[in-house]
Amino acid sequence: MNTPHRRVAAPPPIAMLAELTHRCPLACAYCSNPLQLLGAQAELDTETWARVFREAADLGILQIHLSGGEPAARRDLEQLMAAASGAGLYTNLITSGIGLTRARLEALVAAGMDHVQLSLQGVTAAIADHVGGYKGGFDRKMAIAAEIDDLGIPLTLNAVMHRTNISDLPATIDMALRMNARRIEVACVQFQGWALKNRAALQPTREQVDTAKRVVAEATERLRGRLVIDFVPPDYYADYPKACMGGWGSTGLNVAPDGRVLPCHAAEIIPHLTFPNVRDTGLAEIWRDSHAFNAFRGTDWLPDACRGCERVNQDFGGCRCQAMALAGDPFAMDPVCRHSPHRAKVDALLAEDVSDDWTYRRMAPARP
Amino acid sequence: MTDARIFFLPRGVRMRWDGVRGRQVLLGPERALLLDEIGHAVMAEVDGESSVAVIAGRLSRKFEAPVEVIQPDVAEFLDGLLAKRLLEVRP
Ligand code: SF4
Ligand code: SF4
Repeated sequence: MNTPHRRVAAPPPIAMLAELTHRCPLACAYCSNPLQLLGAQAELDTETWARVFREAADLGILQIHLSGGEPAARRDLEQLMAAASGAGLYTNLITSGIGLTRARLEALVAAGMDHVQLSLQGVTAAIADHVGGYKGGFDRKMAIAAEIDDLGIPLTLNAVMHRTNISDLPATIDMALRMNARRIEVACVQFQGWALKNRAALQPTREQVDTAKRVVAEATERLRGRLVIDFVPPDYYADYPKACMGGWGSTGLNVAPDGRVLPCHAAEIIPHLTFPNVRDTGLAEIWRDSHAFNAFRGTDWLPDACRGCERVNQDFGGCRCQAMALAGDPFAMDPVCRHSPHRAKVDALLAEDVSDDWTYRRMAPARP
Repeated sequence: MTDARIFFLPRGVRMRWDGVRGRQVLLGPERALLLDEIGHAVMAEVDGESSVAVIAGRLSRKFEAPVEVIQPDVAEFLDGLLAKRLLEVRP
């Protein structure tokens, strides 16, 4: 990028999300991947990822999430795990379980895997396979969960909740206990990527959300010391926006399958940003100097209403991608905020008719 | 008031030196805790064999502070990590 732009000093990042591939046997309608999915031929090779992991550790990154798509779709996953672990990073595998076997799990543990985060689409095969768009997926997931438990691998269950499955929250928590998970993430769908496209089918009702909050509060007390429950409520019903990862470009970064580095997984929605690539730029330089990472660092670029607000250092004006998606302006205050001139748009969405149909996440047919 | 509980690091949690920040860090699932000097001094004693009382005794000699003052602080620190499941305990 040749045009001069602002630079704001930032502490070293803590975490990296490495999206090893967009390939995935599942087709969840709430996938956080972008609508334009990349094919296998666009992916970074083993050696390049290994170099990026070393650069990440040198930069101060402590934790790496090996994710996708489905990371097990990469045949070199075990080598990538060894490279990440060898670089000194704390390694977390984010997986649907499909494509893993006991033998692969054992090889991953031998390669230094610290922790597994298993996604859950639903608590019965009927719901889970409908949500994931993949018949037989639930049974295979349960089989691999049993192997994870048997091997004593530290486990977090990641349950993405929406209108179709949020009423099953108590059963979801019970399932985490049966799997001997130490943590459960109860993540209400955030409307980015495919989820935004499918919002009308995924949006839970206010009553559902209130019930879920009560269930979480009760279970947190009851299971203290046994199961850690992290709850991400849906923000459309809130009065104030959620903080963007501790502030834009302040704690983590995201590497896409083709090597582009993004401040967050949804940032592609912001059209005036261009994303540098690890194929030709070092990670440290990208973090420090790139336009994309500096664009919304700090708070001095925010609208006056935010800069004068007492919450500004709590939420940093909220999510840039949501400001883009709903207000059409990435510099606007997050439209979820009740002080936003665009709040009415959020309320209008909430009042819209619900739909029973969603579009499954699938790769577009290859371009000619 | 002897606290006989024995804390230990479960699989998936480890402490290491962070050369970039010049601090010890405790790493676990979705968590990276930068430890200050005291936090590190306590964690360095968590060996899966020493009870809270024994750890408090050692730290009281090291920091020349009365054990009655140290033990509740040590217990509180370790209980906080227990609630986050960054530590486990044997009664
Ligand atoms: S801009 Fe929005 S989607 Fe991106 S990290 Fe921040 S909160 Fe998340
Ligand atoms: S006005 Fe801005 S800083 Fe204040 S709560 Fe709303 S979004 Fe956050």
